[in-house]
Amino acid sequence: MDLTSAQVIGAGIAAIGTGAAGVGVGFVFGSFLQGALRNPAAAGGQTGTLYIGFAAAELLGLMAFAVAMIILYAPPHA
Amino acid sequence: MAAGKIDPMHQFVIAPLSGDQLAASPFQFTNSALWMLIVLGVILVFMWGGLKRQLVPGRWQMAVELLTGFLDNVSMQSIGADGRKYLPWIFTAFTFILAANWVGAMPFGIVPAAHPFTVTSQFTVTGTMSIISFAIVLGVGFRKHGLHFFSLFVPKDAPLVLKLFIAPVEFISFMVRPFSLGLRPFIAMFAGHILLDVFGSFVVNGLNAGGVMGYGVSLLAFVFVVFVNALELLVGAIQAFVFALLTALYIHDAVHLH
Repeated sequence: MDLTSAQVIGAGIAAIGTGAAGVGVGFVFGSFLQGALRNPAAAGGQTGTLYIGFAAAELLGLMAFAVAMIILYAPPHA
Repeated sequence: MAAGKIDPMHQFVIAPLSGDQLAASPFQFTNSALWMLIVLGVILVFMWGGLKRQLVPGRWQMAVELLTGFLDNVSMQSIGADGRKYLPWIFTAFTFILAANWVGAMPFGIVPAAHPFTVTSQFTVTGTMSIISFAIVLGVGFRKHGLHFFSLFVPKDAPLVLKLFIAPVEFISFMVRPFSLGLRPFIAMFAGHILLDVFGSFVVNGLNAGGVMGYGVSLLAFVFVVFVNALELLVGAIQAFVFALLTALYIHDAVHLH
């Protein structure tokens, strides 16, 4: 296997992480909605927590994406 | 950039603006420095425009008051009654990250050779800001509580066996904070701008290729770029907010020790 195909395959594998982060972000917002619909009066005070959770889950997906892009376009030894 | 070759890393290169480079000198006026100054100018103009202190505020003053009131609220809610002492740094960090994210996402690239540089897409910038946050936490903690500050790592009412396990874990999670704090805004901007560059290149390459396929791909990529740009503005605001909020929460830990 030459270097280019290995790069593309590696980037593809690294990009799986973005999908996993999608699950995480969906779980964060889904759980927030579940709680918010049961007690809408308390929902407004929790938006800060919501965005912290969103950012924490989003960060991992962005890291996976950045790793995939680094493998594709800026590999360490090329 | 060569035709058809996508090079999304090129936009993050920091280069001196002047042509003749004194390669030995570390003090260069780079594009990063230029855009930091532009961000500073944007913030100054925005704040000065709203500091007229009219009794009946106009639109501009309302916008500035919204910003200051929002951050005041963040510090008061997260840190507590004496949170206003720490507001200057929270305010600085929030406005700088927000303005840098938004200025960097502006489509100045339409004008040739005027493409914006996102200062917060460099870990040196966000990492330095997170180190400042961490230094404030340490300084406040040690000044207020002395060596008693280390009780931050030990849960109060846990059995001794559990304490032995939890203390190292708490210590590690405390020491990782500056990295995760600085990594978050950096990686969000970094990934977002790579995404914009890659799909922007798809638009150009599709137009160059021509044919139904080429134009179709180009159109789809263009719509996608527009949506990603809108998302980028949202993410820029959220990352600035999260940086400010986490800084406030860490300061709360240092001030109140659980």
